[in-house]
Amino acid sequence: MRVIAAIADWVDHRLQLAAPIRDAAEHPVPRNTASWWYVFGSAALIVFCLQLVTGILLAMVYVPSADEAWNSLQALNHQVLFGWFVRALHGWGSNFMVAIVLIHMAQVFLFGAYKYPRELTWIVGVFLLLTTLGMAFTGQIMRFDQDAYWGLGIGASIASRIPFAGPTIVSLMLGGPIIAGATLSRFFTLHVFVVPGTLIGLVCLHLLMVLKLGINEWPMPGRLVKRATYERDYHELTKIDGAPFVPYAVWKDMFFAAFILLAVGGCAWYYGPFGPTGRPDPTIIQTVPKPDYFFLWLYALLSLLPPSLETPALIIGPVVAIVALLLLPFLSGEGEKSWKRRPIAVLTVMLIAITLGTFTHLAGYAPWSPHMNAWSGAPVPDHLLRGTTALQRQGALVFQAKQCRNCHALGNTGGERGPDLDRVAVRLTQDQLIRQVIQGGGNMPAYGKNLSPAETTALVAFLETLHPPNQAPAREAARDLTK
Amino acid sequence: MPNDTLLTRRGLFMKLGILFNGVVAATLAVPIVRFLLSSVTLGRENAYTAWVPLGRVGEFPEGETRLATFRNPFETPTDGKTADAACWVRRIEGEQFQVFAVNCAHLGCPVRWFPPSGLFMCPCHGGAYYRDGSRASGPPERGLFEYPIKIQDGVLTIHAGELPTPGPNAALDPGRPPCA
Repeated sequence: MRVIAAIADWVDHRLQLAAPIRDAAEHPVPRNTASWWYVFGSAALIVFCLQLVTGILLAMVYVPSADEAWNSLQALNHQVLFGWFVRALHGWGSNFMVAIVLIHMAQVFLFGAYKYPRELTWIVGVFLLLTTLGMAFTGQIMRFDQDAYWGLGIGASIASRIPFAGPTIVSLMLGGPIIAGATLSRFFTLHVFVVPGTLIGLVCLHLLMVLKLGINEWPMPGRLVKRATYERDYHELTKIDGAPFVPYAVWKDMFFAAFILLAVGGCAWYYGPFGPTGRPDPTIIQTVPKPDYFFLWLYALLSLLPPSLETPALIIGPVVAIVALLLLPFLSGEGEKSWKRRPIAVLTVMLIAITLGTFTHLAGYAPWSPHMNAWSGAPVPDHLLRGTTALQRQGALVFQAKQCRNCHALGNTGGERGPDLDRVAVRLTQDQLIRQVIQGGGNMPAYGKNLSPAETTALVAFLETLHPPNQAPAREAARDLTK
Repeated sequence: MPNDTLLTRRGLFMKLGILFNGVVAATLAVPIVRFLLSSVTLGRENAYTAWVPLGRVGEFPEGETRLATFRNPFETPTDGKTADAACWVRRIEGEQFQVFAVNCAHLGCPVRWFPPSGLFMCPCHGGAYYRDGSRASGPPERGLFEYPIKIQDGVLTIHAGELPTPGPNAALDPGRPPCA
C-alpha cells in the first residue's frame, strides 16, 4: 500500500490534479438536491460513455463502405462473438440516451433550473439535445439497410425544399448526385468524429458550469429568483446548510446509473440488435421504410400535415422550436422556479409529451398508408355477401380487383387511408357513390378512367348493400317527389 | 504618452506572426474548401447526368407499365448496389413512352405500380398517382418525376443521374418538369 501511495504522490506532484478533483467531488450542494429527481443528467452521461465504448468496439468490425457496410453488420450479428450484443447495447443505448436527455430536459424546465445564473448551462443543454438527436439520426444511417437508404432519401427531399440553397445542400449532404458510397462515408465521419467530438466538448462545458454555478436548489414555491440576491441566497443554502456532493448526494446518481446500464443491457440481451433490414439496393422497391422510434413522430407529422403547410412547417418549424428553447432563459430568467406555481410550464410539457406520444403511437400503425396486400390477402367477409344478387357479387369482385381494399376496410380488415365502408350506404346515396367512385374527391383518386360502366354499376350495387340490417340506406328525398 | 499605445518590437512581431498565420491559413483554405464543396461544383458542371439505355423498345409491352433498372452514370468504386437505380417505364403506344422516377414526389420513398387500379402508391405517407404520373391523392403536391426520354436505334434511353428531389419549388410546381 505504501508503494502505491508513493507512486500516487509522485504522479500527483507532477500532474497536480488530486486537489482540484477532490474539491470538485466534495463541493457543497444544497441538502434537498440529493433527490431521485436529480439523477437524469448523470444517467445521460453514463449512457453516453457506454455509447463511446460500444461505438469504438463496433468500429473495429464495421466497414463504412456502401458496398460492404451491410455485410459487416451481418458479420457482427452472426460471426463475431457477442457482436450482436455489442450492436444491441449501442442501439438500445441510443434509444435510452434520447429518452433520458428528454426527461432530463423536462425536469430541468419544470424545476426552473434554466433561470439566472444558469442560462448558459441551459443553452449548452439545448445544443446537447440537438447533437444527441444528430447522433441518433446519423447512427440510423450507419445501419446501412433499406430503412437507412430511404431515410436518407427523405432527408434529402426535406433538405431540397430549403429556399435557394436546397439543391446545393442536397449535393453537400449526399456527397454526389445519388445516395451512394460518398454519402455513407460522410455520415460515418459525422457520426464518429464531428458530432461526438462536439458532444464531448459541450458535455465538458455543461459539467463545468454545473460545478462553477452549483446544482439548482430544490425549488420552493414562493422563493423567487432575483438577480440581485440569488447568489447570496444560494451561497447560504450551500455553504451554511449544504452537504458535500460526494458522498452525500452521489450515491443516488450511482444507483440510478447502474440501474439504467442494467436496463440497457437487459433490453439488449432480451430484444437483441436493431436490424439491419434488407440490403440497401435501390432497385428493391418492395419496402416500407420507417424511421427509428425517436423520429416516428416526425414521420406521422409528415403524413398528416396539409400539403401546402408542409414545406413551411418543415423549414420554419425547427428554427422556431430551437429559437424558442434558446430564448427561454432570457424571457423568464427570474421569478418563480417551482412547478407548483407555473401552470403554463406544466401544461406546455404535458402538451408536448402528449403530442409527441400521440404522433409516435399513430406512426406505429401508419393509418395513412395503403395496405399494399389487402386487395389480394383479405377476402370480402362472408356476412356481407349473404343474400346478395349476382350483380352485387360482381361488384364485390370489382371492389377487390380494383384494390379498393388497400385503402378501405371491410369488417375491420384492409387499409385505413379512406373511411371503412361497412356502413357506407347509410352515408351516401346511389348518386353520391357513383360520383365519388368516378370523380374521386377528398383524398380519393378518381376511378372514372379505370372502370367500365358495367364495373361501376356492379361496384355501386355492392356498396349499396353495405348498411346495418336495422338501418335503411341513404336515399335522395327529391327522387321520391318526382315519382 | 503611455507606453502601451506605442508599437513595440515584440508587439509588432506578434502581429506579424498573426498575419503570417492568417495568410497561410487562407492559402490552405482554398483547396480545403474546394475539396469540401467538390460534390456541389461537379454537379454544376453537369458531370452527373448522361443518357442511359433502359432496353429495346420491344421489351416494353404497349399499354403497360414495367419496372426497369439501370446503373447510375456517375459512380465511385465503393458504391456497390447503391449505384443501381429503378424507374417505371410506361409504354403508351408505339414509340410514345413515359419514364417515371420511383421516388415519390413527396419525400422520396419508392412508389409501387398497381395495374388493376391504375395507381402508383407510396408506402410511406400514402401518396398516390394516376397512370400518367399525375397526382391522385395524399401529401405530394405534384406528379411523379419524369425523365426526359429519347429512342436511339430502337433503344429507349433516359437522361438520368441525379436523385430526384422535390426542390425548393415543390409547392409552386404543378407541372412535371424533368428530374434529371
